[in-house]
Amino acid sequence: MTAVEDAPLSAAGNPIGFGRMHRKEDVRFLRGQGNYVDDVNLPGMLHSAILRSPYAHARIVSIDTSAALALPGVHAVITGETLAGLGLAWMPTLSYDTQAVLATDKVRFQGQEVAFVVADNRYIARDALELIDVEYDPLPAVVDAKKALDPDAPIIRDDKEGKTDNVVYEKWEAGDEAATDAAFAAADVVVTEDILYPRVHPAPMETCGSVAHMDPVTGKLKLWTTTQAPHAHRTVYALVAGLPEQNIQVISPDIGGGFGNKVPIYPGYVCSIVGSIVTGRPVKWMEDRSENLMSTGFARDYHMNVSIASTKEGKILAVKVDVLADHGAFNGVAQPTKYPAGFFHIFTGSYDYPAAYCAVKAVYTNKAPGGVAYACSFRITEAVYAIERIVDCLAAELAMDPAELRLKNLLRPEQFPYTTPTGWEYDSGDYEKTMRVAMGIAGYDDLRKEQAEKRAKGEYMGIGISFFTEGVGAGPRKHMDILGLGMADGCDLRVHPTGKAQVRLSVQSQGQGHETTFAQIVAHELGIPPEDIEVIHGDTDNTPFGLGTYGSRSTPVSGAAAALVARKVRDKARLIAAAALECAPDDLEWELGRWYVKGDPERGRTIQEIAMDAHSALELPEGVEGHLDAQVVYNPPNLTYPYGCYICVVDVDPGTGQVKVRRFIAVDDCGPRINPMIVEGQVHGGLADGVGMALMEVIAFDEDGNNLGGSFMDYLLPTSMECPDWELGETVTPSPHHPIGAKGVGESATVGSPAAVVNAVIDAISPFGVRHADMPLTPANVWRAIQGRNVRTDLAVE
Amino acid sequence: MQVTITVNGVEHTRDVEPRMLLVHFIRDELLMRGTHWGCDTSNCGACTLWVDDEPVKSCTMLAVMADGKSITTVEGLAKGGELDPVQQGFMECHGLQCGYCTPGMMMCARALLDRNPHPTEEEIREGISGNICRCTGYKNIVAAIQWAADNPAAAQSEVTA
Repeated sequence: MTAVEDAPLSAAGNPIGFGRMHRKEDVRFLRGQGNYVDDVNLPGMLHSAILRSPYAHARIVSIDTSAALALPGVHAVITGETLAGLGLAWMPTLSYDTQAVLATDKVRFQGQEVAFVVADNRYIARDALELIDVEYDPLPAVVDAKKALDPDAPIIRDDKEGKTDNVVYEKWEAGDEAATDAAFAAADVVVTEDILYPRVHPAPMETCGSVAHMDPVTGKLKLWTTTQAPHAHRTVYALVAGLPEQNIQVISPDIGGGFGNKVPIYPGYVCSIVGSIVTGRPVKWMEDRSENLMSTGFARDYHMNVSIASTKEGKILAVKVDVLADHGAFNGVAQPTKYPAGFFHIFTGSYDYPAAYCAVKAVYTNKAPGGVAYACSFRITEAVYAIERIVDCLAAELAMDPAELRLKNLLRPEQFPYTTPTGWEYDSGDYEKTMRVAMGIAGYDDLRKEQAEKRAKGEYMGIGISFFTEGVGAGPRKHMDILGLGMADGCDLRVHPTGKAQVRLSVQSQGQGHETTFAQIVAHELGIPPEDIEVIHGDTDNTPFGLGTYGSRSTPVSGAAAALVARKVRDKARLIAAAALECAPDDLEWELGRWYVKGDPERGRTIQEIAMDAHSALELPEGVEGHLDAQVVYNPPNLTYPYGCYICVVDVDPGTGQVKVRRFIAVDDCGPRINPMIVEGQVHGGLADGVGMALMEVIAFDEDGNNLGGSFMDYLLPTSMECPDWELGETVTPSPHHPIGAKGVGESATVGSPAAVVNAVIDAISPFGVRHADMPLTPANVWRAIQGRNVRTDLAVE
Repeated sequence: MQVTITVNGVEHTRDVEPRMLLVHFIRDELLMRGTHWGCDTSNCGACTLWVDDEPVKSCTMLAVMADGKSITTVEGLAKGGELDPVQQGFMECHGLQCGYCTPGMMMCARALLDRNPHPTEEEIREGISGNICRCTGYKNIVAAIQWAADNPAAAQSEVTA
């Protein structure tokens, strides 16, 4: 494996392989020349707006659209009834449930889509919404997941025949319950805590939207849309709308952040298609910020009861988790079919113990659908938070330093590949090394001394640790599919006669820098400078099929595909070089960018010369086709398992509950770093997410189901003032089964950091007898915890 | 209402509804797509541009309020094809990922440096605190602005990736 330092530089000064280089995509963004969905402008294009429910739960008595239709400039008003006529009032979710596109019978959450107006411009469309008269018959709302199963709870999904409760699924379990119970019975110490991971929202800076153009003559649908998974969306549209798949082109242009928010198919996308069919013109739909926060894919909402058992010396024996999952009004989670709780059962974490068990039950509530989003790696965020919070609770119970407790229990390098008590096979790791690096950067022992000195003076400083293991790169086809589509991804590579190349990906960047990273992967394998390689993505007519970018899967899956397709081209280049050099292929050896004759290194052909040979009149051996290109479909043999150790230092003002994040140390091991600059940037962003979720972000509801986080005035995101100057470190443990050893890193920091922040705050206020308080640790919630009265942070309080 | 607004040195006269937001005038009327829109509440700063050299969140202002004013957008930041040092700094320091907040962030940063050519880290953080970024965690944005402060004449006409 070529180390970063070893990559030679191209004429343009870029590494021909791995290493830091400026991003190719920056040139257009810096000049304001990006092309986001709202930047798409087609001749004759109309605009649209969605009428949304003011109620969380209400029966629709009647909808009168006549006044809206009469407004000059309005071209169409579409309701659930219109869609029902087309068989489109309901659509399948990515979890085999159904979701209303436009409500017909009832509204089931505040902000649900009720009608769709197409007009000359966005202002007229909004005016028309005011003219639609909907008569509602309000119903009691189910807001608290814990009350969704009460016998007198209103039934939310009475559209489902025979549905008499609010259960999404009764019980999904992993691990060995009997062995876990036995371990708990024999343990010296048992600690149990109710831990809530409240509902939060990915809130990418660009909201969701689409431009649909159904060509009335050719029947071809072009859909520019904010999607992280253009190919999967194309197939779903074909299945839902009955459109021939070859006539659907999904284009995901520049995307202003995704974080999982742009994986599902939203009613607005479908309505824009219908709007274009009805009017015969292109129709743009762009939601506003409140619509994004109130109706699109939220994250988390996991109510967890977590127990840990250990010896009195602090050797962990078992962990048990009972989860109540709030899925909102429709089960719209996007995750592999066999895993209704996502990858939550990776909750056993980074530690060596024999027994674990979890049971997850999911319920419907009168809230927006979703659940798997916000860089969560299919609910590993919830899992890491559960284990890292309960380990700290155990440390408090044992009066043991949380670092010491972790070091005593971390998996050891010789245990890999390691099969966890819930069935994951971790590929590689040297956990203690990573933790020691983090503690070294932090100056851990000095921090503890400083903390003791401050406490003596009545100052409240806290140090929090999180050690996380992720499983990313979903996934092996035999285990993982979404709506029946196996999670393998294609990659095509063409080397042109002049030796310049184009590589086509199934995955889609939302800011991850694919145009640079994937060029570097191909450069690493073929020796073509990255500036000579164009990366093509985000257009289903021009890229191979694959499931898209989420769950940190681009590098583990498509990165592997890119490496393998380049190796396939390299193998073909060998045959062509042998023909050109009039020798046997076996006589040739590879060095970066060139095949040469063994023992005669002067005699060789560069990859650029071979590219021209491949397209020339050179006579090729029997069975060797001309041109220099290849394609692959990569089916990952296993997930990859990046991990890391995070340490957060906070200062808490006990009088106000204000938390200041003073330092944050993040040491990640994601295997070899293709472009360390991009990796560090991904980590920085995830750490900010963690600070936000731990301290500020929550989508709470009042008792009527009113969304209390429906704007950026209410849903607080971290700014430059709340974020510290992140301190990063790294260790490198390659994945043994990935062609370049890379593990993926996109979500690591979002997954790993919230626990470190919360652990730090609880550590700071532990002198007040606090062992746990739920996120977000706003000043008010910290103050309440200090006063000994924790509250439900997901409900309106006081 | 008829308005005449100069944008990046070019005068534009249009009939607009009095309620039209400046950000929509720039994007939908002039079809200049570098200025982005990110929230309804003037919290995010994606739409930041300059009105007579003062940074303004253009979703908080009506187009008619800009009548007779001179506006600069991200498209006007590079001069004669030469990137502004702030733009160069964002590339050098990886101060952008998805690119959506970037125009507003850079307009805010340039105005900050014009007022205070040698800001401290704290002053930079405070200066951009009205602009939200979801990708970078701000560290590299702060570094990019510091880079621009340290390299006031470093911008180059050719940016190579």
